Amino acid sequence: MKHDVLLETKDLKMHFPIEDGIIFKRKVGAIRAVDGVDLTLRKGETLGVVGESGCGKSTTARAISQLYQPTSGEVIFEGTDLTKLSQFELLKTRRQIQMVFQDPYASLNPRMVVNDIIREPLDIYRNRRLLDMDRKEMEAKVENLMERVGLSRYFKNRYPHEFSGGQRQRIGIARSLALNPRVILADEPVSALDVSIQAQILNLFLELQEEFDLTYMFIAHDLSVIEYVSNRVAVMYLGKVVEIANSKSLYKQPLHPYTKALFSAAPIPDPKVERTRKRIVLEGDVPAPDQERFGCYFYDRCPYRMDVCKKNVPELLEVDTDHKVACYLYFTQEQKSRLN
Amino acid sequence: MSEEKILQVEDLKTYFKTDEGTVKAVDGVSFSLGRKESLGIVGESGSGKSVTNQSLLRLIPSPPGKIVGGSVKLEGVDILKLPKSKLRNIRGNKISMIFQDPMTSLNPFLKISTQMIETIMLHQHEDKKTAREHSIEMLRMVGLPKPERRIDNYPHQFSGGMRQRVMIAMALSCKPQVLIADEPTTALDVTIQAQILEIMQDLSDRLGTALIMITHDLGVVAGLCDRIAVMYAGRIVEEADTESLFEEPKHPYTQGLISSVPRLDKKTGKKLSSIPGQPPNLIDLPDCCPFYPRCPHVMDICKNKYPSEVKTEDGSSTRRVSCWLYS
Repeated sequence: MKHDVLLETKDLKMHFPIEDGIIFKRKVGAIRAVDGVDLTLRKGETLGVVGESGCGKSTTARAISQLYQPTSGEVIFEGTDLTKLSQFELLKTRRQIQMVFQDPYASLNPRMVVNDIIREPLDIYRNRRLLDMDRKEMEAKVENLMERVGLSRYFKNRYPHEFSGGQRQRIGIARSLALNPRVILADEPVSALDVSIQAQILNLFLELQEEFDLTYMFIAHDLSVIEYVSNRVAVMYLGKVVEIANSKSLYKQPLHPYTKALFSAAPIPDPKVERTRKRIVLEGDVPAPDQERFGCYFYDRCPYRMDVCKKNVPELLEVDTDHKVACYLYFTQEQKSRLN
Repeated sequence: MSEEKILQVEDLKTYFKTDEGTVKAVDGVSFSLGRKESLGIVGESGSGKSVTNQSLLRLIPSPPGKIVGGSVKLEGVDILKLPKSKLRNIRGNKISMIFQDPMTSLNPFLKISTQMIETIMLHQHEDKKTAREHSIEMLRMVGLPKPERRIDNYPHQFSGGMRQRVMIAMALSCKPQVLIADEPTTALDVTIQAQILEIMQDLSDRLGTALIMITHDLGVVAGLCDRIAVMYAGRIVEEADTESLFEEPKHPYTQGLISSVPRLDKKTGKKLSSIPGQPPNLIDLPDCCPFYPRCPHVMDICKNKYPSEVKTEDGSSTRRVSCWLYS
């Protein structure tokens, strides 16, 4: 099967400098938040990204949308590398890539009414003569968007604090749709919501995808949420993708030891299943990402670690159709011998 | 159940006075807890689960909050009527609490040793040296590596999961009869959550502590608790033992809650069912079923009167539900 690749990252790295000194700052190290990520987003799909806090999921999304200037690597959207574009060119392209953020409280300006929040992206592009729309059209657009995401148009002159968490997330979604983007990067859009509301928002995401032909990169730490929305899933650990596969085969048979542990740690809301199943409890915590690593990033906590893992970083290897894993357990003898 | 009850809460009411009116955060909550039993209290944000449990130890900031009625009996003694001086003997000694955020519940200025030893000396009347050894032993039990050295660290030197372990060690150091855990794993990642839940289960078994687990995550209580109470808008709408609650939820809210969680182990068809609408505003709630605007089975009577509780005995366990469908 040939897939249309819409967006691609190549060896994307995002390092944040650690500085020391009071007046003269000098760089003493770096937090390697994202440390060489290769991802592809195929047209019309939902790519789920899971991992624990600090694994670089959000940073990856922000580096893709150029909210952070990546340290190195490429972000290719329909053949153009976003990291090399000028500010104005970037603005033009970024219209196609919009974000929905985690915290519906922090991501909406409390001093703006809903109408202005949703209209802001339109204003920005109109002021730079990139969008041809008159006031009336813009007003109609905002009202349509509000109704589409399940908010009454009569609320448009209200402030964010007058809405509940779920409704605020709807406002955020309406804003992200204002410019008719093709890609939506959703950064933990449901993790701040209660389960009954979470289900409403997840369903809204799925409906909108069908209706507007959207491609999603959907970040969450909740594995069941990811399974529900995604076609393919990437598992991240310490700034690297350790496994990427289509959702069915990953959930049926996770291969990477970290993925296995992650899946077995997720509680299942059913007492019968929960009391009989066996958990893989990992030892220790996720190490701090402030050092360059020469071996497998998961080495310290891996129950299957081998000598080869200590000195070499495994690359993502296709072990099955549409299932890649970065682990020496799945390397053939021949592939391993080439390392030394 | 003939088993002895250690904690009995009856008709507990905690209200908060605000400018807009009285918020009935907890409005007539009753439950009981047997020895060594574990009870899960589930509900969405604002349903009153945390306020209920803070009321048990009278930790409600007053004003604006006030416990306006009910009783909380620990081994027959009503905590709500005790003088302040006697409360000290209960807090941290007979009933301990673990909070959601382990960073804000430890004092950042004091070493772990100071904080732990203080509690143990006060409640267990041990001298400093024994208290220190006792603390180290507790820290070892919760799986903290090198407890002899780590005990002299400050809270910021620990990770989130380690801090929560310290909290558990501290909470259990006086061998309380009841441990209240208020969303103890919400701030933690799943792999760490699994570690913490395992420790909590193991230790409460070993020390014979009864457990009240407050959470919004149905998955967490499914594996850990014997019984589950579901709260909505300040009241318990359903209570049953874990198996029957998940197998046959009776209250429409419980049904909605269970089916709106996406399941890892099962494909439930394409569309996730969700509960329409939002939780109600708790200010001046009229005497009706608070769930009726979101309920698929709404009837006329639901809008006029709060349903009375229906109890059914099912073998060894009681289950109760407040819904007009069963009245």
